[in-house]
Amino acid sequence: MLAVLNLKVSYGGITAVKGVSFAIEQGETVAFIGTNGAGKTSMLKALARVLNEGTQGSIKLRGEEIIAMPPHHLIRNGLALVPEGRGVFARLSVAENLAMGAYIRNDRQEIAADLGRVYELLPQLRERHRQLAGTLSGGEQQMLALGRALMARPQLLLLDEPSMGLAPLMVNKVFETIRTVAASGVTIVLVEQNAKLALQTARRGYVMESGCITLAGSSSALLADPRVRKAYLGE
Amino acid sequence: MDTFLQQIINGLTLGSLYAIVALGYTMVYGIIQLINFAHGEVVMFGAMITLSVISAAAGSGLPPAAMILMGVAVAIPACMALGYLLERAAYRPLRKAPRLAPLITAIGMSIVLQQIALMIWSRNILSFPQILPVTLYEVAGASVSSLQIIIIGLCLVMMTGLAWIVYGSRLGTAMRATAENPEIARLMGVDVDRVIAMTFIIGAGLAAVAGLMVGIYYGLAHYTMGATLGLKAFSAAVLGGIGNIPGAMVGGILLGLVEALGAGYIGELTDLCGYSTLNFLFQSRCADGGNLVLFGSNYQDVFAFVVLILVLVFRPSGLLGERVADRA
Ligand SMILES: Nc1ncnc2c1ncn2[C@@H]1O[C@H](COP(=O)(O)OP(=O)(O)OP(=O)(O)O)[C@@H](O)[C@H]1O
Ligand SMILES: [Mg+2]
Repeated sequence: MLAVLNLKVSYGGITAVKGVSFAIEQGETVAFIGTNGAGKTSMLKALARVLNEGTQGSIKLRGEEIIAMPPHHLIRNGLALVPEGRGVFARLSVAENLAMGAYIRNDRQEIAADLGRVYELLPQLRERHRQLAGTLSGGEQQMLALGRALMARPQLLLLDEPSMGLAPLMVNKVFETIRTVAASGVTIVLVEQNAKLALQTARRGYVMESGCITLAGSSSALLADPRVRKAYLGE
Repeated sequence: MDTFLQQIINGLTLGSLYAIVALGYTMVYGIIQLINFAHGEVVMFGAMITLSVISAAAGSGLPPAAMILMGVAVAIPACMALGYLLERAAYRPLRKAPRLAPLITAIGMSIVLQQIALMIWSRNILSFPQILPVTLYEVAGASVSSLQIIIIGLCLVMMTGLAWIVYGSRLGTAMRATAENPEIARLMGVDVDRVIAMTFIIGAGLAAVAGLMVGIYYGLAHYTMGATLGLKAFSAAVLGGIGNIPGAMVGGILLGLVEALGAGYIGELTDLCGYSTLNFLFQSRCADGGNLVLFGSNYQDVFAFVVLILVLVFRPSGLLGERVADRA
């Protein structure tokens, strides 16, 4: 599904991602954990081509090189990013945000059906569909960002810290939704501070430290690894 | 004659024209935070082009409505192309530059367009051929011309159409999304460059029609007409809250009303002989119903700028806008 080779991201003089390589298979959920400033967001932004200047290396999406693709074409190729901090359109209604998710699609009936499915998955959005997204709670905004990405029918979903700033109950809800989406066959790259939850959700994971991947393995192996336990699970 | 009602009618006519032009300023500002100072010149090109077409067709014996339609049919696409060209050639290369750079470029483009118009249409004040028969209707002591009714009606239709585009269509949703966060809009698959270009094109199309209506209403066109009109429409946009589309509509109409009422009453209000306490000072002038007017209706143009200054001092975000605060 995704093959990344020696990806580097730099901002002017600072190099935030120093050449990472990994591959992700169709249908799997993979976690990336790491401390603040490890370069996780920079990496996801490079994958979604939000950053274009300063990215180097190779990103192959289903075999096709996308490192030079115009950013607005990526979603047509099945890649959707739910950015850090959600990035909902605050001055648009919930329904309009979801419509923007389906911006690239023309199949009206299918869009309506998907909208029904998203509302079923995230019923709190249906109740608030006319409300401005900026007036939603943080958790509801995260749900909206997720629902909006699903409206594009992505094959590969990149999630940047979906639990950020949410109360435990809401975090559980968000992750429950992520598992449902994963079970439907969508490939997921999950970046998280909450290492335990991320590794419990994903089948395998990577640990990033100052721009490099320093550990990789199955979730159970990482959860058992003393370095992970010490640095990320606070034990 | 009822001055008040008369000035309301004149103000609504003027105001709906301001509103149409103000929309062009506010849409562009909303999406890229640029004050497109050359927008007034697009209005001027709209007037000039229609004038050329109508003058060329004047002898042909076509019905007046057909001649005007021909003018519109040429002016709208020409102005849209001009709007697109401005964005593509002058502003897009500067999109990542500090905000002052595109602003100065906009002022430069306004001068360039004026000079081009000067070369094409000369420095003379040109008069529109009087092809439309104007009927005057009496309403409660005031008079309304058929032209005023057409202008107000057409402006309302255009504002409704624009509101539908912005709030009801896919393009409009993409425009508002881009205005709020172009990076995220791009993630949704929006071709941000194209949406920005469309914003300029739509604004220029409205400007073309406004130019045509201003030209026919006053019967005149001049290569500098866009400057004053543009500044007033810009004031209207600021009054309503720059970046806010309903704000531009409300601001335009309010400004038109303020101007018309101001022009209608300023002579009376600044007639020193009208104040009995001051009368003794000017006995010789005021005797036998004489008057001593400080400001006449030729001060009409001042109101827009007084309004602009007052809004900037007391409510910089405008009547309906909160955009400036969260954007600056
Ligand atoms: N726009 C930018 N300009 C300059 N430096 C940046 C920019 N964005 C990020 N950086 C730097 O790049 C490094 C990696 O940041 P990044 O946001 O990718 O980390 P992260 O792993 O997502 O951290 P967090 O867990 O806190 O979200 C940091 O040192 C950061 O200061
Ligand atoms: Mg981050």
